[in-house]
Amino acid sequence: MKSTALLWRLASFAVAAGFIGLWQLVANLRLVSPVFLPGPDRAWASLVRGFSSGDLLTKLAGTLEHMAYGWLAASIAGIALGALIGSSPRMRTYVAPSLEFLRPLPVSAIIPVAIAMLGLTQAMALLVIAFGAIWPIVLVTIHGFAAVEPRLYEVARSLQMSKLAVIFKIALPSASPDILAGMRLSLTVALILAVVCEILAGLDGLGHWVLLSARAFRSADLFAGVILLGLTGYVTSVAMSLAEHRLLAWQAAQR
Amino acid sequence: MKGDTAKALVLPVALLAAFEIWARATHLQSDSLAPPSQIIMALAEAFADFSILIATRDTLFAAFAGLAIGSIIGLALGIAFGLSDTLNRLMEVTVEAIRPIPSIALLPIALIALGFGYRMEIVIVAFACVWPILILSRTAVRGIEPRLIEVARALRLPAGQRIWKIVIPAALPRIFVAFRLAAGIALIVAVTVEIAINPIGLGAGIMLAQQALRADLMLAYLVWIGAIGYALNILLVVAQRRLFGRAALSGDGR
Repeated sequence: MKSTALLWRLASFAVAAGFIGLWQLVANLRLVSPVFLPGPDRAWASLVRGFSSGDLLTKLAGTLEHMAYGWLAASIAGIALGALIGSSPRMRTYVAPSLEFLRPLPVSAIIPVAIAMLGLTQAMALLVIAFGAIWPIVLVTIHGFAAVEPRLYEVARSLQMSKLAVIFKIALPSASPDILAGMRLSLTVALILAVVCEILAGLDGLGHWVLLSARAFRSADLFAGVILLGLTGYVTSVAMSLAEHRLLAWQAAQR
Repeated sequence: MKGDTAKALVLPVALLAAFEIWARATHLQSDSLAPPSQIIMALAEAFADFSILIATRDTLFAAFAGLAIGSIIGLALGIAFGLSDTLNRLMEVTVEAIRPIPSIALLPIALIALGFGYRMEIVIVAFACVWPILILSRTAVRGIEPRLIEVARALRLPAGQRIWKIVIPAALPRIFVAFRLAAGIALIVAVTVEIAINPIGLGAGIMLAQQALRADLMLAYLVWIGAIGYALNILLVVAQRRLFGRAALSGDGR
């Protein structure tokens, strides 16, 4: 059974390689102007060149840094805010509907407001990323707190646990699957907003790199940047699901 | 229930009132904030000279065109992958390699290939919409009662009719859930592209207001964009309930 799965995987890789071959063919035959579409060979060469000269590495580090700071700030503030609202039914009836109202707002629309407040700076980017990434986390935390098995709260009451102890010992662990799922969602949001902010504010990062490459019609560099952004999205989401798996192992064992 | 609605309104109304009073008391002069009364005036003004309506039309046109194209591609691929396990497994690596590319990263490519305007925005929105529709419609097709497919086989329906008469109707409630999700994404991506670079629509409007240091107009655009997002969401939720009732909800949990 295991070997057939492996075979399928190999076949699937072969198909992907076939597509890359097709891309190379299209580029070689110049079906699309090389100004727009470099072959995979040129994109790869540009990646290698970018990494060996260190240019691309600094840009990648810049994007990762924006993403990580904004996302971490959003996670901490989001869980705290969600816990505050979620642990009190009164707060839930008063505050939660306002949050639901804000949820469908396209987050990027606050970028101009952030620019007006902070200018085209690093702080602006962090504010926007944190603001965008906080919503999924706040909403799932509230939901997770509301969905805690009521008997656990009864146990806490009969043990006369303090409010903080209830949050840390009962509500947070019980809501952790929801919270981690929300954090994964906001990781994607953080990457997108990091790229947009870099494009707009010219901050050091892959967003700025791809825009400059496009302006100079250096399509190989442009594709190298886009490939790297795809990899960033892929690797961060895989890392997040691994962490999720690790952190939730105790729950899987319980069931 | 009615009491709850009133309670829900307490916080926003109180905040707005406090802000208005504070802004008037301090004679607020700011490039980034304006009291609610001025925001409403700016919004009314933008409606009166049609500028915000034209921008709304541009944004919605690009968002819906991209949504339509992305939905058709995503649905076709999703149904194909859902029906044929072989195809699904063969394409797995390719799909997993392209999907995590943030849609906005395609912006520079679309820019040099297509230039400013509707076309590049539509392409990016379509790219962003393909994935949720593909993934969810694939699951939806896989979840179809196998006996329905057997019936189609027994009736010897040709492939086209099998998909049109059996597969799509059976999976439709959950496909609509995917469509609802994608519609939200389409609006977000369209506005984001306009803010980042494309000089049309609401996103460009809000950027222009910011650059003109018109805080009132900028915030009016922000409120309006939020209202459109909210209205679109409500519209689709209501449509889903009307069209499919509880059938659509059964797919949400998976």
